[in-house]
Amino acid sequence: MSRATVPDSTDDTTAVYTYPDSLTEVPMRYCPGCTHGIAHRLVAEVIDELGIQERTVVIATVGCSVYAYEYFNTDAVQAAHGRGPAVATGIKRTQPDTLVFTYQGDGDLASIGLAEVMHAAARAENFTVIFINNAVFGMTQGQMAPTTLMGQKTTTTPRGRTLQQGGHPLNICELLATIPGVAYLARETMTAPKYVLRAKRSIKKAFQAQMDELGFSLVELVSTCPTWWRMKPLEAFKWLEDEMLSQYPLQVFVDKTEQND
Amino acid sequence: MTKRKLIGGNEATAEGAIAAGCRYFFGYPITPQNKIPEYMSEHLPLVGGTYVQAESEVAAINMLYGAAATGAWAMTSSSSPGISLMQEGLSYMIGSELPCVVVNMVRGGPGLGNIGPAQSDYWLATRGAGHGDGRCLTFAPYSVQELYDLTGEAFTIAQRYRNPVMILADAILANMKEPCRLHERRDHPTQQPQWAVGGARDGRPRNIINSLYVDLPEEEQVNLRIARRYAEAAQNEVRLAEYGADKPQILLCAYGIAARICQTAAQRATQAGVPTRLLRPISLFPFPAQTIRRWADCVEKILVVELSLGQFIEDVRLAVEGRCPVELMGRTGGMVMTPEEVTDRIVQMGQSD
Repeated sequence: MSRATVPDSTDDTTAVYTYPDSLTEVPMRYCPGCTHGIAHRLVAEVIDELGIQERTVVIATVGCSVYAYEYFNTDAVQAAHGRGPAVATGIKRTQPDTLVFTYQGDGDLASIGLAEVMHAAARAENFTVIFINNAVFGMTQGQMAPTTLMGQKTTTTPRGRTLQQGGHPLNICELLATIPGVAYLARETMTAPKYVLRAKRSIKKAFQAQMDELGFSLVELVSTCPTWWRMKPLEAFKWLEDEMLSQYPLQVFVDKTEQND
Repeated sequence: MTKRKLIGGNEATAEGAIAAGCRYFFGYPITPQNKIPEYMSEHLPLVGGTYVQAESEVAAINMLYGAAATGAWAMTSSSSPGISLMQEGLSYMIGSELPCVVVNMVRGGPGLGNIGPAQSDYWLATRGAGHGDGRCLTFAPYSVQELYDLTGEAFTIAQRYRNPVMILADAILANMKEPCRLHERRDHPTQQPQWAVGGARDGRPRNIINSLYVDLPEEEQVNLRIARRYAEAAQNEVRLAEYGADKPQILLCAYGIAARICQTAAQRATQAGVPTRLLRPISLFPFPAQTIRRWADCVEKILVVELSLGQFIEDVRLAVEGRCPVELMGRTGGMVMTPEEVTDRIVQMGQSD
């Protein structure tokens, strides 16, 4: 697959939308209607705009985004399931001038990696987490996640999530908002242009918080998984807006960058 | 310039690391190794280093993974249950070809066990780490001086083979005090290795630290590359010490603190009329198999003494390849044999023919 080229100067058209430098040309393996592609692009645009590509390290974790190290055109480390924030801590503590972000799904972050993300926030570790919440384990074929909605059918809640069998969904941002080490914390989505623009603004602020050494930053992106929700892409976007956003309302929880302005 | 100092095993381990250039430590409290993180938290900030207390051993080993990915000289230490929790992270570091140093002050087990001295993590150290086709290079000091020296040297060895190095000791070595020759602290290397991530790229191609190889032939090639490094280590890093009779009837094999007990026993058994030689492996992986095999042709019997119920003996038997009988004397659960007990056993073996 070749990158869209900028027309030469003899052409009177102007390029207004090009491929971000911080993405490679490797074709992404994500399913149609999945929002990972948008999330990747937004992060890459932010890295380009902040001019930090040469000193950024992405921590790819375990799940559908395990190949993030192939897609982001930066230094990269692939971490064990849930351990991204610990790996990021090790990198940031030894190379503080490096910009570090983990890219974690809800299985990775909210289930097996809950301890690592909470303690990284408590230590006010100076890195950024991009948290993809699609209410399901995608890579392993659609099992219940901690973020699965009550009543939601998954391959391990075939009759829908019940309180008795699976307990309550976990709201990560609301938990993190109680921790003083958090410098920027927001929940966004990407189902419409207005949301995409908001999401990008939050991602940029999260990276800015890191560059200003304000502490831990996280942007939760409420995302789709049409394949394991067993929906067409447009149905998935609608279900996200109708069902997920009431459990996971869009909100900027913490923004210490504003105190810095 | 060196100076002699009366110092504990844990402190010697920590100081050995700092003196060699280690500047980053990630750890979690567990007895009997707590003096290592305590020493690190006190001294690392004084030399421009960083100490981080992790939320668990799982986090500690993964912080170490991140630090190692930047090429930093970094370490962790723990004791048996904590080392169990670190197995996954160690496997990732082997697969990602990252150097690091891990100290295990072994305690009695299985389970929560106790904080007594034990050698029952021999298999964990030499057969692990974790899943997959890789291992830790493993060294077993038997004195405070060796804890200091080997922990320092472990950083160079880890860098040379791009593989985790484990220092395997126990609760006695961790807590006993002995005079130790300390050298001046060396500065840590500031130049990042060419494979490292982070830092100033200065136009170099991007680096990826990864252990995921979905292409099966590629994974096999990676594993073969790692195995070639182990073969190279077997050529260059085998270490052992020998003590006692030149023409022995009985060969004693013991490592670490058990070898300290056996030094006395070998002397007394020889005086009692059973010429005995002690062979003490210092490197456990790579294992000094060739030297043990040569002695197996010259002695009547071999007695393996270990603070476990038959782990280390398996490597001795593999080395001996049936050339002579190999017997086990083991204690477990934090219990230790006395030199008298070992002496009696040797004399009994020597007289039974």
